[in-house]
Amino acid sequence: MSVRLDVTAAPAPLPSAAHVVRRPGGWANPHAAGVGLGLVLLATYVVMGRGLGASGAYASIVAWAVHALAPAHAQANAYFRDYLGRGFGHPLAAWLVFEVLGVALGGLVSGLLAGRVRRTVDRGPRAGVAGRLAFAFAGGVLMAVGARLGRGCTSGQALSGGATLNAGSWAFMLMVFAGGYLLAAPMRRQWR
Amino acid sequence: MNAPFYALGAFGDRASLAVALVIGFAFGACLERAGFGSARKLVAQFYLDDLAVFKVMFTAIVTAMVGLQALGAAGVVDLALVDLTPTHPLPQAVGGLVLGFGFVVGGYCPGTSVVGAATGHLDAWAFIAGLLGGTLLVGELDPWLGRFVESGDLGRRTLPEVLHAPAAAVVAAIVVIALAGFAGAPRIERRFATPTREA
Repeated sequence: MSVRLDVTAAPAPLPSAAHVVRRPGGWANPHAAGVGLGLVLLATYVVMGRGLGASGAYASIVAWAVHALAPAHAQANAYFRDYLGRGFGHPLAAWLVFEVLGVALGGLVSGLLAGRVRRTVDRGPRAGVAGRLAFAFAGGVLMAVGARLGRGCTSGQALSGGATLNAGSWAFMLMVFAGGYLLAAPMRRQWR
Repeated sequence: MNAPFYALGAFGDRASLAVALVIGFAFGACLERAGFGSARKLVAQFYLDDLAVFKVMFTAIVTAMVGLQALGAAGVVDLALVDLTPTHPLPQAVGGLVLGFGFVVGGYCPGTSVVGAATGHLDAWAFIAGLLGGTLLVGELDPWLGRFVESGDLGRRTLPEVLHAPAAAVVAAIVVIALAGFAGAPRIERRFATPTREA
């Protein structure tokens, strides 16, 4: 019996392939991405006098929605009233809402160019889809509470406040890392 | 001094929204390039086998911090006009802790979840739904939550003021600590690497 080589078959994986620690997925060198991000932040300070942000955009959107459904209720609430007033003429014409819209577009274009836009549920090898989505939702709720107490999130406080040597931002940032490491062990099944 | 441009009235509110869109675009592209549209990439920071979050964040902080201090010293940017949110030590420390919990539970933060959602990650959409629900919650709880948020106001407060040290010394110390962290990071990543982990 002769041995026939099937050239159309996919090559067998190398024995070591299963032990490759990380497949970077074409991501940029973290320091290169960091310099890029730092220059964007610097440009934001030079052009605007303010830093980057994210959680404030959600506050504007929620305040606008509450006001649309129950105007008197929103106006009676100091928090919603504050965000309703941050837009230029309209609650959604706020700086952070437009910035976050840009983040979505920039992320989408960058992802498309790299071939990384795919409908997936990003989860650990032992996590189920429903569980992952439930934890993601719960994490979002916790983030909203944390961002309210901390006066901003990873973008507005840790990154932007960190670069301006804001004392409260540095305290906040160190506690973000502390919180993450504290819950890393109980959350291990979700991620590893 | 002719910067910050917007704070000095070089352009109006409407134009600032166009600027926001452009800056946001660049911000989102940087996050996506770094791999931060992926929850697994982000939370790897807390399992120590990929410290990209630390590397990207501290490279960015050092870049912007040194740039801002240099432009301030050169008289290009009036640092007194640069936004600094007031420091409230206790609520901010508690907020950081809760936000850190949310990070490892949910896998994203408010900014990166937008990139995750834009690149098709359904878990990022669930995270955003939670974020919107949570924002509604903190809004409704504002009558009593707001009092804690506003407690212990120290006003505009910088690290050099708190540490009683010159700004240049604090900047230099942060740069040295960051560089030491960058040098040590690969060793930590190798130590905690999971052999069978898929990308």
